[in-house]
Amino acid sequence: MTAHVELEPAPVVAVPATQTVEAPRVRRRLVSPTVVVLSFVTALSAFPLYFMVVMASRPNSDITSVPPPLTPGGELFTNLDRVLSNPDITFGKAVVNTVLVATVTTAAVVFFSCLAGFAFAKLRFVGRSPLLAFVLLTMMVPVQLGLIPLYMLMSKLHLSGTLPAVSLPFLVSGFGVFLMRQYVVQALPDELLEAARLDGASILKTFFYVVLPVLRPAAAVLALLTFMERWNDFLWPYLVLDLDHPTVQVALARLAGGYYTDQALVMAGTLLGVLPLLVVFILFGRQIVGGIMEGGLKS
Amino acid sequence: MATLTSTPATPAQRRRRARPGRGPRGEQVAGYAFISPFFLVFAVFGLFPLLFTFWVSLHDWSLLGDRSWSGLGNYSKLLGDDHFWNALRNTLGIFVLATVPQLLLSLVLAQLLNQRLRARTLWRMGVLLPNITSIAAVGIIFTLLFARDFGLVNWLLGHVGVEPIAWQQHRWSSWLAISVMVDWRWTGYNALIFLAALQAVPRELYDAASIDGAGPVQQFRHITVPMLRPTIVFVTLVATIGGMQLFTEPLLFNSGANAITGGTTRQFQTLTMYVYEQAFTGQEFGYASSVAWVMFIVIALIGALNALLLRRLRGVQ
Repeated sequence: MTAHVELEPAPVVAVPATQTVEAPRVRRRLVSPTVVVLSFVTALSAFPLYFMVVMASRPNSDITSVPPPLTPGGELFTNLDRVLSNPDITFGKAVVNTVLVATVTTAAVVFFSCLAGFAFAKLRFVGRSPLLAFVLLTMMVPVQLGLIPLYMLMSKLHLSGTLPAVSLPFLVSGFGVFLMRQYVVQALPDELLEAARLDGASILKTFFYVVLPVLRPAAAVLALLTFMERWNDFLWPYLVLDLDHPTVQVALARLAGGYYTDQALVMAGTLLGVLPLLVVFILFGRQIVGGIMEGGLKS
Repeated sequence: MATLTSTPATPAQRRRRARPGRGPRGEQVAGYAFISPFFLVFAVFGLFPLLFTFWVSLHDWSLLGDRSWSGLGNYSKLLGDDHFWNALRNTLGIFVLATVPQLLLSLVLAQLLNQRLRARTLWRMGVLLPNITSIAAVGIIFTLLFARDFGLVNWLLGHVGVEPIAWQQHRWSSWLAISVMVDWRWTGYNALIFLAALQAVPRELYDAASIDGAGPVQQFRHITVPMLRPTIVFVTLVATIGGMQLFTEPLLFNSGANAITGGTTRQFQTLTMYVYEQAFTGQEFGYASSVAWVMFIVIALIGALNALLLRRLRGVQ
């Protein structure tokens, strides 16, 4: 997955000394304008999240004060506790629900994408190319446009308000199939498959013992991207779930959209909803960035 | 799309090329079996709902399933529905207001990120940070930032002598605030997509250009933009699909019982919000479905326009 990183040039040392034409680049400035601009952009990126922490750590009276507070206060744990112990929101339950939904859909997307990606890359069957083109086309069809029949379908199946109703439409992903197919083409040599075949392994056996281990890095990235997307999903859960089984995002929206004016509570809840992904991002940021660039590169 | 041609062909590969598309029986069966989960789930939860939406749109259809055929009645009703045109106008307006600066900024940002930088990964993570934040959280945080009386934005504007703006009240200000939310979340993400494409551009082009005395702006115009054209079209298409479906940001920007109307005079109600309102508040499933289909057609049209544009630009080249 990180093949593109190697495309970057070696450090400046590798540039031969004959490049005297580029005088400005040799003269090293302490802080380049690029770094200044990027610092500014990064600050803008981070500020709303910082602001959320500030607001979540203040009493309500501070939030409506002018000028607005810009440094964290001391009420963070009080506010977090108020969210978690609030009987109207069942935030803990929402977290459990979201983890369940995101985990199940992620596992399904990754597994089905590996299967289909491998088939599209290495197995020969009639109609392979048009079917792959169809998969690409599905990426262009927004799920939201089928909102109404999906809702009717879930009512018919008596699934409205349940976690399967949120999960079922998202068990596969065209993007996932495409990403895995690209990775298989690039990372799985035919010789490996040929060797497995000569050893008498069935295709299924080859898939589980030869292909899947090779696909692990790409599968991990796909898992990260999918998990984040599922964790953050809003419209469909908002529609199909009720207040007894909310996901985190639905709980947040109810919290912010009701008649509450308790902004500190809302911000503390928002912080709780963002926090798990922040942790994932800090741990796996490199892979997530790589995955997004890889996905875009090949499209 | 990538091919297998880069390595010398093994006997197996040569055999494969001789009979493209047709493998032994076992491979055929396995192929279909392996791709079938995708197609089955997509058929039930993707394709069927989309087509069924069209069927529903030809009826007067209520939540309880009472329905009567109305043919294109819903569509002709649409033509005279001010709220629909209002929602379409809002959606397109916010889309343009958000997308144009977003694409320009992300292109510039990609260019910056493509330079020799220390701690490359950290910068990339920095610009991606907004994208991992949920839309719901973005809506909530920015609504507080854009509050009229105590919001940070108005407080900052006050320093340059701007009177406090009621961001939710007016069409232009609500569109602007919603666009800022969209741009905050997506600019960095798009920059990374552009960065990936930029890295495929031979660096010699830039080196040659700077030897010829081309400044950064000229390099951007004459190398970066032309080389990135397919990616630009792709990103625009994705932004279109997202923009036409804008829902959460405007919904949360207007808290309270009537959030779905997007302000007191529907000044920022988007198409998806209108679909939602018609279907799930008004129980007009048939009518809402016709709005959804019109939305789909608009997206498809813009997609086709994109493709056409790409072909023409290529032709010029």
